[in-house]
Amino acid sequence: MSEIDISMTINGQKIEAKADPRTLLIHFLREDQNITGPHIGCDTSHCGACTVDMDGLSVKSCTVFVGQANGKDITTIEGMAHADGTLHALQTAFSEQHGLQCGFCTPGMITRAYRLLQENPDPTEKEIRYGISGNLCRCTGYQNIVKAIQVAAKELSSVKEAAE
Amino acid sequence: MNDQTQISREQRIEKLQGQGCNRKRVEDVRFTQGKGNYVDDIKLPGMLFGDFVRSPYGHAKINSIDTEAALKVPGVLAVITADDLKPLNLHYMPTLAGDVQAVLADEKVLFQGQEVAFVVATDRYAAADGVDQVLVDYEALPVINDPHKSMDDDAPTLREDIAGKMEGAHGTRKHNNHIFFWEEGDKEGTDKALADAEVVVEEKITYQRVHPCPLETCGCVASMDKVTGKLTVWGTFQAPHAVRTIASLITDIAEHNIRIISPDIGGGSGNKVGVYPGYICSIVASIVTGAPVKWVEDRIENLTATAFARDYHMTGKLGATKEGIITGLSAHVLADHGAFDACADPTKFPAGFFSIVTGAYDIPVAHVGVDGVYTNKAPGGVAYRCSFRVTEAAYLIERMINILALKLDMDPAEIRMKNFIKKEQFPYNSALGWEYDSGDYHTAMEKALEAVDYKGLRAEQAENRAAFDRGETRSLMGIGIAFFTEIVGAGPVKNCDILGLGMFDSCEIRIHPTGSAVARLGTISQGQGHATTFPQIIASEIGIPAEDITLEEGDTDTAPYGLGTYGSRSTPVAGAATAMAARKIKAKAQMIAAYLLEVHDGDLEWDVDRFQVKGNPEMHKTMKEIAFAAYSVAIPGLEPGLEAVSYYDPPNMTYPFGAYIGVVDIDVDTGVTEVRRFYALDDCGTRINPMIIEGQVHGGLTEALAITMGQIISYDEIGNISGGSMIDFFLPTAVETPNWETGFTETPSPHHPIGAKGVGESPNVGGVPALSNAVIDAFAHKGLTHSQMPHDHWRVWQTAQKLGLTE
Repeated sequence: MSEIDISMTINGQKIEAKADPRTLLIHFLREDQNITGPHIGCDTSHCGACTVDMDGLSVKSCTVFVGQANGKDITTIEGMAHADGTLHALQTAFSEQHGLQCGFCTPGMITRAYRLLQENPDPTEKEIRYGISGNLCRCTGYQNIVKAIQVAAKELSSVKEAAE
Repeated sequence: MNDQTQISREQRIEKLQGQGCNRKRVEDVRFTQGKGNYVDDIKLPGMLFGDFVRSPYGHAKINSIDTEAALKVPGVLAVITADDLKPLNLHYMPTLAGDVQAVLADEKVLFQGQEVAFVVATDRYAAADGVDQVLVDYEALPVINDPHKSMDDDAPTLREDIAGKMEGAHGTRKHNNHIFFWEEGDKEGTDKALADAEVVVEEKITYQRVHPCPLETCGCVASMDKVTGKLTVWGTFQAPHAVRTIASLITDIAEHNIRIISPDIGGGSGNKVGVYPGYICSIVASIVTGAPVKWVEDRIENLTATAFARDYHMTGKLGATKEGIITGLSAHVLADHGAFDACADPTKFPAGFFSIVTGAYDIPVAHVGVDGVYTNKAPGGVAYRCSFRVTEAAYLIERMINILALKLDMDPAEIRMKNFIKKEQFPYNSALGWEYDSGDYHTAMEKALEAVDYKGLRAEQAENRAAFDRGETRSLMGIGIAFFTEIVGAGPVKNCDILGLGMFDSCEIRIHPTGSAVARLGTISQGQGHATTFPQIIASEIGIPAEDITLEEGDTDTAPYGLGTYGSRSTPVAGAATAMAARKIKAKAQMIAAYLLEVHDGDLEWDVDRFQVKGNPEMHKTMKEIAFAAYSVAIPGLEPGLEAVSYYDPPNMTYPFGAYIGVVDIDVDTGVTEVRRFYALDDCGTRINPMIIEGQVHGGLTEALAITMGQIISYDEIGNISGGSMIDFFLPTAVETPNWETGFTETPSPHHPIGAKGVGESPNVGGVPALSNAVIDAFAHKGLTHSQMPHDHWRVWQTAQKLGLTE
């Protein structure tokens, strides 16, 4: 199969590569680009472990062909921390609120929560629960994940207010 | 010299971050940044990928396997079939239950999804292409999808490899499709007690086939180094040392030439205890090709072929007095083990610890019998977030006691209080032979009833029922109580082993000269937070701050031998080993301190992080000072260094318990059931890290919700699986999952060095009966005594309809 040219921005860095057109974005990220934060938990778009941010939308990278991501701006868990190395409020809150156990869903969950808080900076508990319902966790029962997102939302809005 | 004299004793204790504090997890810094290292993250130079050809049939003869087209697929290097494995005697592998399992199907397939051929290719896409091109000629055979029909006279023989061989691993088999009969207790006495009882209730209670479905599937990377002859396997192993020994026994590779590494594991829940064909095929493929081979199953393969759980078809009988005092219990189980007996139980317990079925109650006489049978279903029978078959047992007794309460028109809380083992009866010897270590059931139950205002809830329910009958609401309220006693921490080597390997566990601690340490254990975390909690135990024992202790697990070349993490055994067994190893270090530290302080070691006392002279605390040596001295001072009669190892063989299991109460609201016209509130009181003995305990309880309750309200794996009459993907296997999202309320009492285990009992599995064990009891309780006043799980909307609606309640 002839390969196609791929160019995209991953976590702020422009990359160029060649790929078999049927390659899934998750495999391209994990196996060609060594971005192993996003995980594979199903293959059917149910679990959300592979969630990445693509041009401002949460997508499940197990059901996106690499060609569909051509020219796009991708952010994964690896791109969540600030340029100075300090962690994003969500990363800190997940740890502080014990919002993770085995850690397998965490990269997808945080990446999804990141977009959720862009879409809705002050979500209710119900909005958070619906907002992350495309991401499964088998360890935490979601309770502390929801708490972590609430805490991060508060933190982010107070930082924003202080800046204004 | 002494930088700690200026801070108070309280500050010194706080600095340790020892037992009992909510220490934040040290694992999180990697996981929140995508820096976990799970098996599929491992990438080695020249690594190949393996993928399986799987059976589309539930039962079929294999006439031929044609690999020619597959071998022409670009990138495909090899296709391995049973015929290739036969000369190596690897076409069958031993299971943990004393049976054998086909690594690759030999002449016939026995369940849908069974491994038929292993395609090895340069990448995962080429491997999948190769799988598509393997042509297998099958001839369908009659299927057994109902365990009740397995032992019919005209049932087809499933396991031709053992046909006629009537002596099984657990005694005589009654039929070619029979695996074992196992019993415990006094049958005659129980029959008499039931015959004499004033009241007897009997019910058929099924605990459906479900699956642990951890978010990460099973997989491995096998790498045979042909130069050194050393085989390294990274894999999703809950018991890495046992895997090494088994791998050595079945491959004839010397054990010192095998290194098993469990990297980060994305949840286990029992699914990753066993040995799967993928591991064997990857090892063989690596030996054949000389390259590392990765195999990672996809989700559908995980749900259809790697270890299921439960599938227990139980009949319970309780006898009691008119006042509700239980006089006897009998239980029979038909256990569907699928096509191979691959249960992960201690070897002498083919039905696990099902004989904990007398639960929290003082039942004078009891008998259980379990028949295991083969069917055309996937093998397994693992303990899905529970100790071996304990959740099945808890479900049976907790349903039966509710049925008895209904028959006697008694409150389910009251009948439990009447029958509980009393605090002063511990250690308590159960009718089925267990010695319960400690408990205070009445206090726990009372605390839980009070926490939810149980009387208030029952009053509200009475109003709800009246309003329903008046036609003012279409919603019914149900209240479910469960009181469970678990048996975890297998276990004493005298009666617990896996394939002959005693179920002790281990910890090795090395103190570095500057006073920090590394601890290595025979267990392996899958999310339990071992790297956080085990250092807390050490910190409290020997006064080294938890943050100065590195914890390592999962590498058989470095960790001491242990039996791994499942059955809530890490804290009861390896946690005990950790405390014992720390105490050995402390004993030596005392001698060193005595030498340094020029006093007799008997004149010293331990205080938080130091040895001090009795009556003169100003004269002391901190553990940090002692550590340095161990490596720098020549002490007559003492070896240099400061390290210790403990292999701990527990004298008994531990018996955590808990009182759970759930409240549901059911829309009778749709069957939609909402969990309004759920309160879980757990007593897991000494609490090492309450934050982690509560997190475990939240997660376990969510799994209980999944099982009770929706999970089921079933097979149709020709052996097609349903429930084999996340499309139709229920995993709750954040929307269906309620907020869980937690509480605790603390009754230490008298035989455990720090009194801890284990908690990870309690919420699954107690949560399922509590939720099921709540759903059934909603209809109890309309005559419902029992309905089978899962209580999904459709089935609940059917129940309402049968009772004539729907519009």
